[in-house]
Amino acid sequence: MILSRRRIAPLSNVGAWIGAVVLVMVVVIALVGPWLAPHSPDQPIAAPFTPPGSGHPLGTDFLGRDVLSRLLWGGRSVLLFAGAATTIAYAVGLAVGLLAGYSRSWIDPALMRSVDILLAFPALVFILLLAAALGTGIWSVLLATAVIQVPGIARIIRTATLEQSVRGFVEVAVLRGETTPSILRREILPNIAGPISADIGLRFTWSVILIASVNFLGLGLQPPAADWGVMVSENRGGLNLNPYAMLAPALILGALTVAINLVSDSLARRYR
Amino acid sequence: MNVPPAILEVDDLKITTTSGDAILEEASLTLARGEILGVVGESGSGKSTLALAMLGYTRDGTRVERGSVRIDGTDLLQLPERERRRRRGRVASYVPQEPGQALNPSLRVGAAILDVIREHGAAVPGQVGRVLTAVHLPATKQFARRYPHELSGGQQQRVTIGMALSCQPPVIVFDEPTTGLDVITQAGIIEEIRRLRDERDAAMVYVSHDLAVVAALADRIMVVYAGRVVEHGRAAALVQTPRHPYTRGLIQSIPDPSRPRTLIPMRGTGAGVGQWPAGCPFEPRCPQRVDACATAVPPLEPAGDERSVRCIRWRDTPPVDLGDRLGGNPSKRSGGALLQVEDLLAVHRGADTVVAANGVTFAIGEQQCVALVGESGSGKTTVARAIIGLHRPEAGTIVFDGESLAGHARDRTATQRQRIQYVFQNPYDSLNPRQRIADALARPARLLRGLKGQQATDEVARLLDRVRLPQTIANRYPHQLSGGERQRVAIARALAARPDLLICDEITSALDVSVQAAILEVLDDLRSQLGLTILLITHDLGVVSAIADHVIVLQRGCILEAGPVMDILAQPTDAYTTQLIDAAPRMRIA
Repeated sequence: MILSRRRIAPLSNVGAWIGAVVLVMVVVIALVGPWLAPHSPDQPIAAPFTPPGSGHPLGTDFLGRDVLSRLLWGGRSVLLFAGAATTIAYAVGLAVGLLAGYSRSWIDPALMRSVDILLAFPALVFILLLAAALGTGIWSVLLATAVIQVPGIARIIRTATLEQSVRGFVEVAVLRGETTPSILRREILPNIAGPISADIGLRFTWSVILIASVNFLGLGLQPPAADWGVMVSENRGGLNLNPYAMLAPALILGALTVAINLVSDSLARRYR
Repeated sequence: MNVPPAILEVDDLKITTTSGDAILEEASLTLARGEILGVVGESGSGKSTLALAMLGYTRDGTRVERGSVRIDGTDLLQLPERERRRRRGRVASYVPQEPGQALNPSLRVGAAILDVIREHGAAVPGQVGRVLTAVHLPATKQFARRYPHELSGGQQQRVTIGMALSCQPPVIVFDEPTTGLDVITQAGIIEEIRRLRDERDAAMVYVSHDLAVVAALADRIMVVYAGRVVEHGRAAALVQTPRHPYTRGLIQSIPDPSRPRTLIPMRGTGAGVGQWPAGCPFEPRCPQRVDACATAVPPLEPAGDERSVRCIRWRDTPPVDLGDRLGGNPSKRSGGALLQVEDLLAVHRGADTVVAANGVTFAIGEQQCVALVGESGSGKTTVARAIIGLHRPEAGTIVFDGESLAGHARDRTATQRQRIQYVFQNPYDSLNPRQRIADALARPARLLRGLKGQQATDEVARLLDRVRLPQTIANRYPHQLSGGERQRVAIARALAARPDLLICDEITSALDVSVQAAILEVLDDLRSQLGLTILLITHDLGVVSAIADHVIVLQRGCILEAGPVMDILAQPTDAYTTQLIDAAPRMRIA
C-alpha cells in the first residue's frame, strides 16, 4: 500500500546536468570555433542561399558566405556582448537594490524612483535614443542594453533584501557594530543568491535577444561581422532556399538560452 | 475497563520516509466519543505524523508501510484519495499549530468558515453565526467580515477550532493548538476544548510537546519517543507514577511556578529520523540502562491499571524526583546596579501609534537574573530592544555601569556594544543560514574582542564547550541542527563577546520542554561560572520560577509589580499577576 507522491528532485538534477553539458558545448564552440572554421566568415564561396553540399555542410547565406564558418565565428560576440551587458546591468542593479532595500531611509525612494524613470521607455526606443546620443556602434548598444535592465534587477534585489533585512541575524550583525557594506556582503547577499541565480539566466537571454534585434536594425555590429543574432535576422529571406542559414544560428541561440536557464534554475533551487 | 464503543481505531501503523527510514512504528490506539487522548513527544518524535495519519493524510516524502486507521469501522487508508479528502472535516477534522499561517490571509473569517461548510453540503442561514458562538466569538456581521490579521492569536485559533467543528465530525485532532500563545490565552483555549468535548461528544486527540498542558486536559496520555509509543495510560496516574524513564525525565524537566525548583534536564538529545539505535531508542539517554537495552527494541508491556510501558526495567523506575526547592537567599548575589532604566517611554509608530512602554523604571544588580514577564503585547520585548539599542525610545534614560546609553546601537561605543549581548527568541531566524557555525561564533570574537587566527579558532572550541555542544558542530550549517542546538549556538555567539549583561528574549519559547530545561541549566551555569548578569524576557512564569531572582510584571507597557521571585509567586499583590500564575499549566504531583 503506497499513498504518497514521489518527489521530483531527481528530474531537476537531470535537467541541470543536461543544461550544464549543453552550456559547456556552446561556450567551447564559441571560443575555439574560429580556429575550426573551414572558410573565412566574410568571403562568398558560392551563390547566395546554396543548400548544403560538399565543402559547405550547412550551405551558404544571403551573400554566398559559408554558414558553418560564420556559425563557428559568430558565438564570441554573443557571449562577449550579452555577457558584458548582463554583468554591467547586474553590477548596477545589485548595488541599487541592496542599498535601497537595506537603507530604510530617503535613500530607498530616491534610488528606486530614479531607476523607475527608465521603465517609461520601451527597451528598443531607449536603445535608439542612446545610440542617437552616443553614436551607433556595439558599445553604445551594450551600454543601453545594460542600463535598460537595471530597474527590473534593482526591484527584485530590493524586495529580496527587504525580506532579509528584518531577520534576526541581520539585527545581530547590527548589534555587533558591523558596517553596512559588511552586512550586505556577509549577511544579506548569500541569502538572496537564490532569486539572483534564477533571474540572471533570464537577463542574459534578454540581453542576447535585445542585442540581436539592435544588430538587425543596423545600429550595433556592422554587416560583415558574424554574430548568431545577426545571422538569424539577415537570412530570414532565404528560409525556403537554404533554411539552415537561419535555423542553425537560431537553434544554437535557443540551446544556449535554455541551457543557461536550466542551470540557473537548479542553482536557485539549491539556494533555497 | 468499561469500554464505550471506539470511534477511532489505529492498528499497528507504520509510516516511513520514501527512502525507507521509519518515522512511526507499531502505533495502535482506540478512542471513544467524549474522550480526549493526549499525544506527547518532542519534535521529530513522529507525533505530528501520527496526528495527520488519523485524517488519512501523509506528508510529501512519507508513506504508510502498514496498518490501518479506522473511523467508525471504515479504514481511511484503504479509501481512494478523493474519498479520504471528502471525509476530512466531516468525519475527522484538524486544528493546526499556527493559526496565523493556517488561515488564508485574504479570506474573511466568515467566508473561511462558510467554505468548510459548503465543502460538505449546503449552508444553512445563520450557520456561520452558530459556529462563532460555539467557540465563544462574537457572532456579529462585523466580526465575520474581519480578516485573520485583524484578530488576536487566541481569536485566530478559536476560528480554526470553529472551522474544525463546523461539520460536527466525530473525531477532532488538535496539533499543538496552543503553542505560541501566551498562558492566559492558552488556558482559555484549553477550557474551550474541554467544554466542547462535553457538549459535542466528540473523540479528541490533542498532540503537544508540553506534558503539563496535556495532563491538564486529557483523559489518557500516550508518550511517543523516536517513533514509538513508550508509555500509555490514564493521565493522572501516568503523571503521578511514570513507569518509563523518558516520561519521568519529561516530568522532571517541566517547571511549575507554584513550586519553584531547579529543573533536572535529561541527558543528550533525541535522535533524528534514520539515526535511531538498534535497541531501545531511549537507551543512549537512559539513566537506568543495562546492556540488554541496546540489543532489541523492548515490547510495549502491560503494566497494570490500564498502563502499558515499553521498557524492560519499568519496575525499577524510581519515583519522580522534583529536585531542590529553591527558596534560599537569592539576594546574596546582588552587587551594585549594573543597569538602570528610568522612565522609559517607547512607542511603535504606524497607522495608529501604540505606546509599548510607559514610565518603565527598574534596575538590575550585578550578577542578578531579572525576569521581565508579560503576555504578548505587554511591551516586554520593546523594553529589551530599547536596552540593546534596536528600538529608539521616545524618552527616559538607560544607564549601563554608570554610562548613559545612546538610543541606537550604532551610536554606542564598541565597548558598550560588547558588554551587552542579546539572544533572540527564534533560533531559526537569528542564525545566518549561509554561515558555518564556526564562522558565526568567530565573527563577534574577532570584531568585538580583536581575536585573530588561531586564537579565534580556539575560542570557538571553548564556546561550544561552554554551551555543551560537541566540537563537530563547528563545521555545520544551522539547518543541520535541531532547535535546541541552534539556540545553544545563539547563546555561544552572545558569549563570544564576553558580555557582562545577557538579554534573553523568550529564548526557550520555540523549544520543547525537555530542551528548555537543558538550556536553562546552561544559562544558570554560565551565571555562576562567568558572573553574568541576565535579563530574561518571558511569558512563562515556570521559566521564571526555575532561574530568576527578581521578577518584573508588565502589562500594556506599565510595570504592575516587581520584587523577589519567591515573594511574587507566593503572594502576588496584583490581580493580573495572580491570573498569570493561575493560568500556567501544571501537573498535580503529590
